[in-house]
Amino acid sequence: MYRYLVLTRGLEERFERLFKQGKIVGGLYRSLGQEATAVGSALALREGDWLAPSIRDLGALLVRGLDPRDTLLQYMARRGSLCAGKDNTNHFTVPELGILGPVSPLGTQLCVLNGVALAFKRRGEPHVCMTYQGEGATRTGASHEGFAFAAALRLPIVIVVEHNRWAFSTRSERVAAVAEWTDTAKAYGMPAAGVDGNDVLAVHEAAVEAVDRARGGHGPTMIVAESYRILGHAQHDSQTYVPPEELERWRARDPIPRFERQLVERGVATQEELRGIREDVDAALERAVDDALAAGMPDPEEAMTRVYAEPEPDVTPWTRMTPVGYADLEVLAASSVLRPLEADTPRAGAATAAETAR
Amino acid sequence: MKTYLEAIREALWEEMKADETVFIMGEDVGAYGGAFKITEGFLDEFGPDRVIDTPISEAAIVGAAIGAAHMGLKPVCEMQFIDFIAPAFDMIVNFAAKVRYRTGVGAGLVIRGPCGGGARAGPFHSQNVESYFANVAGLKMVAPATAYDAKGLLRAAIRDPDPVLYFEHKFLYRRVKEELPEGEEVLVPLGKARTAREGDALTLVTYGAMVYKAEDAAEVVSKQDGAEIEILDLRTLRPLDIAAIVASLKRTGRLLIVHEAARFGGFAGEITAQVCEEAFEWLDAPIRRVTALDTPVPYSPPLEDYYLPQTEDIVTAARWLLAY
Repeated sequence: MYRYLVLTRGLEERFERLFKQGKIVGGLYRSLGQEATAVGSALALREGDWLAPSIRDLGALLVRGLDPRDTLLQYMARRGSLCAGKDNTNHFTVPELGILGPVSPLGTQLCVLNGVALAFKRRGEPHVCMTYQGEGATRTGASHEGFAFAAALRLPIVIVVEHNRWAFSTRSERVAAVAEWTDTAKAYGMPAAGVDGNDVLAVHEAAVEAVDRARGGHGPTMIVAESYRILGHAQHDSQTYVPPEELERWRARDPIPRFERQLVERGVATQEELRGIREDVDAALERAVDDALAAGMPDPEEAMTRVYAEPEPDVTPWTRMTPVGYADLEVLAASSVLRPLEADTPRAGAATAAETAR
Repeated sequence: MKTYLEAIREALWEEMKADETVFIMGEDVGAYGGAFKITEGFLDEFGPDRVIDTPISEAAIVGAAIGAAHMGLKPVCEMQFIDFIAPAFDMIVNFAAKVRYRTGVGAGLVIRGPCGGGARAGPFHSQNVESYFANVAGLKMVAPATAYDAKGLLRAAIRDPDPVLYFEHKFLYRRVKEELPEGEEVLVPLGKARTAREGDALTLVTYGAMVYKAEDAAEVVSKQDGAEIEILDLRTLRPLDIAAIVASLKRTGRLLIVHEAARFGGFAGEITAQVCEEAFEWLDAPIRRVTALDTPVPYSPPLEDYYLPQTEDIVTAARWLLAY
């Protein structure tokens, strides 16, 4: 558990460093301060279960067994990355690890994961699904349809709502009139549990209970994890809208030092042992970064592949064929886009007839 | 004799009989047997695990189909009217269509539903939605005109590893009746057009219910003008059988495109562009389109009749092209 927490934070710190070096392609969204929710909940799952993350759930993916090197390749859009350079962030699906990739429109992965749960139920397999949403995402139509569908069909699914106070720059109180976010679940006849999202053990306990419930055939559960988004929405967000004293208050509740204190106080681990884990993780991450940086970028023509199951006809844009221009008709005649000019000439008679008709 | 509706029902029934991974999901498809009775009797035969009544939640239906497809099942989603595919647009366009490209894991599923006008059903029960999806790579789309194709294309769509939107024309449900081969496996490959009528004077490209109006128009032109129109029924809209269109055009030199969907941004525009790129020199006349108006589908009969392309419109356009 501790290893996953420091692995998540350490990997994201490397992401940030690589982002500042211009090596991460596109936006970077971090889960700083929220790692306990992702790690604690995902650890309640077993092999064969499926999980669909939201954007701040790197920890959950690592718990599922994802290799940090693969995430680095993915975030740097390298050759051989999980999405083969075709999509960014954590939008990858890895069936063998039970990971379903989300897309950017929020709440949609819940609807898709419902289908995975439906398949488990149909086959009588004792597996469970777990998905994550920020509280902002619970307001989308897809989320509402997903909650209703999961509850109506009593699907084995656990929905972790990460109440991190901010939907980009909008405060959570401004996007919903519910006093308690767990109330959201009542409308769907779904039980809900509120939990301190920065207490990894509390999250884990709630998740185990919800997972057991789902596995026992008793339908979906919503877990509302109370936490705080310590950084901006993404690297480009300077967070000027966040009151500094509020941020300080939540920084003091950082889940990692808190868990360290619990471990030491309860005599589970010594400071020395924890330092050992951190050093292990750091060394492994440095190797992963070096390894990932050595990978090349994908070939441009890769952009054309994998749209359908069967290979499609060549769709090379005609302007990318050389040479291009009407001046050189003989060359154009050989291209696959334009007709072979010599094989068939336009009917001269027909052209004359058309002109006459005009 | 089998109706177009019975052909759809048969394809679904036989595929579900043959392959237990196939299942149907939608609003009122179970006990009620579907708004148009396509799935009547399915619940008794296949049980509630394979004939699933859902909440009125089109996004949830399509989303669940994607997930189930990932797990090796073959979902068929019914949209009660194809107009209601709009609430599932996000799931189709952003998830189903792109998931193979993005992740390498495909989503073989079918979304079917009644499309088209002529039923006096107003703006929300009469639309043709193919162009809403035409610009989205990763989707396949079919629009059968005959009972044979309705059966054969649905069967092919269910077996296809990619998401297929299957547009069944409600006006044809009980009006089209054909002898279907017994025992023989009716299977129509996706992506292949059908020559509905042979001719040498003009190529008319169309699909869906407009095939019948095109045939009526061709009959008029044949009798009164002595010119034979070749009718290509596309059957599959994406992938588009451009090779069949170009091959026919090279014989006739004239092209008329007819569809029931509105004109702006419609399939006729795409076909026109592709023909201009690939066979401009064979055109003896400008390409002409006969389509519905660029308005919502109106309700009152005189309005709807004015909105929809009629046989006389096709005859007029054909004569204009032949005289050019």
